[in-house]
Amino acid sequence: MGFPDRIERTVELAHPPGRVWTVLTTAEGLAAWFGDEAAIDLRPGGAARMRWTGEGFTAEMRVERVEEPRVFGFTWPIYGLPAGDPRRTYVEFTLEPAGAGTRLTVVESGFAQLPEDAYRTAYDGNTGGWAKELAELAGYLDAA
Amino acid sequence: MPPDPQPRTGPDVEAVAEQVFTALADPSRRTLLAALASGGPATATDLAAVLPITRQAIAKHLALLAEAGLVTAEPGERRRVRYRLRSAPMRVAQQFLAALARDWDSRLDSLQDHLDRSAGRARRDPTRRQPEDSMADHGGGYDG
Repeated sequence: MGFPDRIERTVELAHPPGRVWTVLTTAEGLAAWFGDEAAIDLRPGGAARMRWTGEGFTAEMRVERVEEPRVFGFTWPIYGLPAGDPRRTYVEFTLEPAGAGTRLTVVESGFAQLPEDAYRTAYDGNTGGWAKELAELAGYLDAA
Repeated sequence: MPPDPQPRTGPDVEAVAEQVFTALADPSRRTLLAALASGGPATATDLAAVLPITRQAIAKHLALLAEAGLVTAEPGERRRVRYRLRSAPMRVAQQFLAALARDWDSRLDSLQDHLDRSAGRARRDPTRRQPEDSMADHGGGYDG
């Protein structure tokens, strides 16, 4: 299977899990290494946002797992898919003590998922999407 | 509970991505897809009028693209076949590219750098080792 569904990396960090946790789960920490600006409501179901000012790109995230200081998980959109596409990947950080430091594992999964709709339905449903939206816009303008 | 995206990586997903990349590997087909994306549905004759490609070559490429499901043929005026871009296969290919573009290696490097930098000023200079005494630690806050 050449189509990657899952990315996994492990790094050894010379800092204790508590510090790594703070950097992964606070707006200040995330803005320092991940995005350029960040906001986070750290609880399952909480919203988080990361912004990359250079690229002009913003990712809306949803916090899924918060088990301080061991597991932090969130979902976020698949880069390049249109806004509103329901597909998201799940990112999970796992922190394990390793000597005085931390073994950090990050797993991002779900790249190969398909939309919830049946495969063929989703495909055919997208045909002429713009034409339909433009028709709706025209109808809206006519009614106004 | 974190979502558990079900990767439905049947042969379809990979086959679709492969068809998109095969289509995009040819400069004439890239030109045709770009023309349909920017100008909307068009007949082979329409396209031949604006592109530096012969009508015969355009017809051949469009037939191939239609077979791969990247364009659909629909009845146009004067019994000419009109071709319309299908965006769904492109989105499948985008998922593949998104996995390649996530670049966790660079992100984890940034995380490591940030942890080392914010741990103490001595670590700002990579040629100096972190002294073990507390004088090196000017405070554990983020340096931004």
